[in-house]
Amino acid sequence: MQRSLYISPDKCTGCLQCEMACSFEHEGTFNPAKSRIKVFTFHSEGRFVPYTCTQCDEAWCMSACPTEAISLDAATGAKMVNDALCVGCKVCTIACPFGTINYNSVTGKVIKCDLCGGDPACAKACPTQAITYIDAEGTGYDRMRAWASRTDNQSAARA
Amino acid sequence: MSWQKKILRVNLTEGTCTPEPLNMEWAADYLGQRGLGTKYLVEEVDPKVDPVSPDNKLIFATGPLTGTAASTGARYSVVTKGALTGAIACSNSGGYFGAELKFAGWDMIIFEGKAPKPVYLYINDDQAELIPADGIWGKSVWEADKILHDRHQDPQLKISAIGRSGEEGVMYACIVNDLHRAAGRSGVGTVMGSKNLKAVAVRGTIGVSVKDPQRFMQTVTEKKKILAGNPVTGQGLPTYGTQVLMNVINEVGALPTRNSSAVQFDGASKISGEAMHEPRASDGKTNLVTNQACFGCTIACGRISRIDKEHYTVKNRPEYWGASGGLEYENAWSLGADCGVDDLDALTFANYICNEQGFDPITFGATLAAAMELYEKGVITDADTGGVKLNFGSAEALTTMAEQVGKNEGFGKILGLGSKRLCEKYGHPELSMSVKGQEFPAYDPRGIQGMGLTYATSNRGACHLRSYTVASEILGIPEKTDPLVTGGKAGLVKAFQDATAAVDSSGLCLFTTFAWTLEDFYPQIDAACEGEWTLERLAQTGERIWNLERQFNLAAGFTAQDDTLPKRMLTEPATSGPAKGKVNGLDQMLPEYYELRGWTKEGVPTSDTLQNLGLS
Repeated sequence: MQRSLYISPDKCTGCLQCEMACSFEHEGTFNPAKSRIKVFTFHSEGRFVPYTCTQCDEAWCMSACPTEAISLDAATGAKMVNDALCVGCKVCTIACPFGTINYNSVTGKVIKCDLCGGDPACAKACPTQAITYIDAEGTGYDRMRAWASRTDNQSAARA
Repeated sequence: MSWQKKILRVNLTEGTCTPEPLNMEWAADYLGQRGLGTKYLVEEVDPKVDPVSPDNKLIFATGPLTGTAASTGARYSVVTKGALTGAIACSNSGGYFGAELKFAGWDMIIFEGKAPKPVYLYINDDQAELIPADGIWGKSVWEADKILHDRHQDPQLKISAIGRSGEEGVMYACIVNDLHRAAGRSGVGTVMGSKNLKAVAVRGTIGVSVKDPQRFMQTVTEKKKILAGNPVTGQGLPTYGTQVLMNVINEVGALPTRNSSAVQFDGASKISGEAMHEPRASDGKTNLVTNQACFGCTIACGRISRIDKEHYTVKNRPEYWGASGGLEYENAWSLGADCGVDDLDALTFANYICNEQGFDPITFGATLAAAMELYEKGVITDADTGGVKLNFGSAEALTTMAEQVGKNEGFGKILGLGSKRLCEKYGHPELSMSVKGQEFPAYDPRGIQGMGLTYATSNRGACHLRSYTVASEILGIPEKTDPLVTGGKAGLVKAFQDATAAVDSSGLCLFTTFAWTLEDFYPQIDAACEGEWTLERLAQTGERIWNLERQFNLAAGFTAQDDTLPKRMLTEPATSGPAKGKVNGLDQMLPEYYELRGWTKEGVPTSDTLQNLGLS
């Protein structure tokens, strides 16, 4: 089963535990500035929205990379950056429609979500289940269930 | 590890920013944040200094766990000699600013002197510079926040600033970060304003490391589970915020009402946490929009609210239509019950103004409550107030006066003095519900006896955050004690004071202690920090900090005479509820407290006590 990160912004409290878990996993330090997942705050609306790479099947970043530094991890579906091949040209950061691949000036390479090899640290760290890692083919099921529960079977039967 | 081992010394007079190594011997004895900031202040500032003179210093201090994955690792404290009190001041704030300062590579900033012209401090990792505050001086916290984000073209910049109140010398100005989190009490913003320092804007990308990463992650994950499974930190606080207390405290007859002339408020349910969840009759929407966490917090007790667009306070004022920081319990009490006002949106608006202009809603509400009592007695008249009717219960009086204090104009100039100076000015010092010049918060010491001793002995003036015995006396945490008796309270208060001083020095939030004890803190500190951190060492660190603060106050001129309560608490019995007929029995608790502390009858630490704590 292929799984994907599924984000429910309505559950997010803006605590940034995900950003710390991500930076700790990849950098060994607590450093949200180097996190692959970012939480955006829309203060006047009282909304907090975690956002990261959705691992496109036909990934723009991968197609655009001139050194073939971005490849598919067949086990997880993640698009992986190979630091040995990345030359820091940043073309992928232009190609990505969502902005989820970014340049790291300390290393001179780009960084993006790699799904932590199939056990994403952000999802584990999230205290409210705003970030979950679930069956990629059923990410809509929770919302379907919610709408399904509002269906009035009896009046439908009468009609 | 976990400490960045680097502090920034900013000499505002000279305009210099100088990095220096953190004194690790002091860090070993005082941990960080409150304790370590206090140690630096005590070493560097004459306790007799005028708080608003250039000789006072202003210290922003993070803790070793600030900016780590430990739950609630958001905190920083501002330590100085308080403008409102003249005592040691230490105001603690959450939001995102403290962690960002740590990520930029700094444990602490020490501001000294006074800038010849208004400035702000801009920190980008190891680069720090003072920049003229042109364009932001004279602006509110909210305006300054926006201007600085625009000017530096950096939406990730975290900003801590004073508003107009701090610039203009309102005695209880706050330092507000991230728009609505504040180092709120004792006039720390007034000290900042006196230094011509408008704001600190920080961007940090260096990060924080810990001693034993694997053990640290394991430990903090376990501790987060305890918070999630606890009914207060896992359910009550995220759902209702601290406002979960309004109806509870009212029922036990400990809700100071109309300047503490009563202990129960008939409008309490209308301004409670539950009311914030109720759809309004006017627009069908709830006051509460959502809860919000501070950095790293897995509790998320913060309130984000929205006022009805048709409410008189914001009608035709779209700048107040967005969501922003809503009512916490203390503010809902001070602006509401203490002033007799039960209009939830009016309280929310007054709270917005406190955040926008940067002043402490507890002291403001309590000062207005004292002024309302003086008005109803005929001592303050319409001639003083510019015609505003300062009757208890008037929402218009509340919101008008909040705006006047924010701009330091009209009667707001008098209210800006705080209740002690205001009541002295009008010849009724007994009507100020304060200790050491600081107004007490939302728990009446007649209905919760331990809080009387808490207020009387708090080193920063009356305060609930120095020993929250409410947890034990009302909520039964860690064990239930009877709120109406004085027996055992001296020991309870001492234990809470020492533990709190340790927690406040860690970088984590006191609210975790609804679920955690020091038993839960020391393993997190030990996994993160150099040296061996045990329960005993942490507890003794707390006691050391308490005594160090006490010594500062004694040297500043405070005596045992100041460890007291307003006459009303000691002589006027509560008029309703479970505490009906009771006054606070401070005289039964204080001598035992001094003894337990190892202090003389005059409240002075003995040489043995000082020696045991390494303070001699």
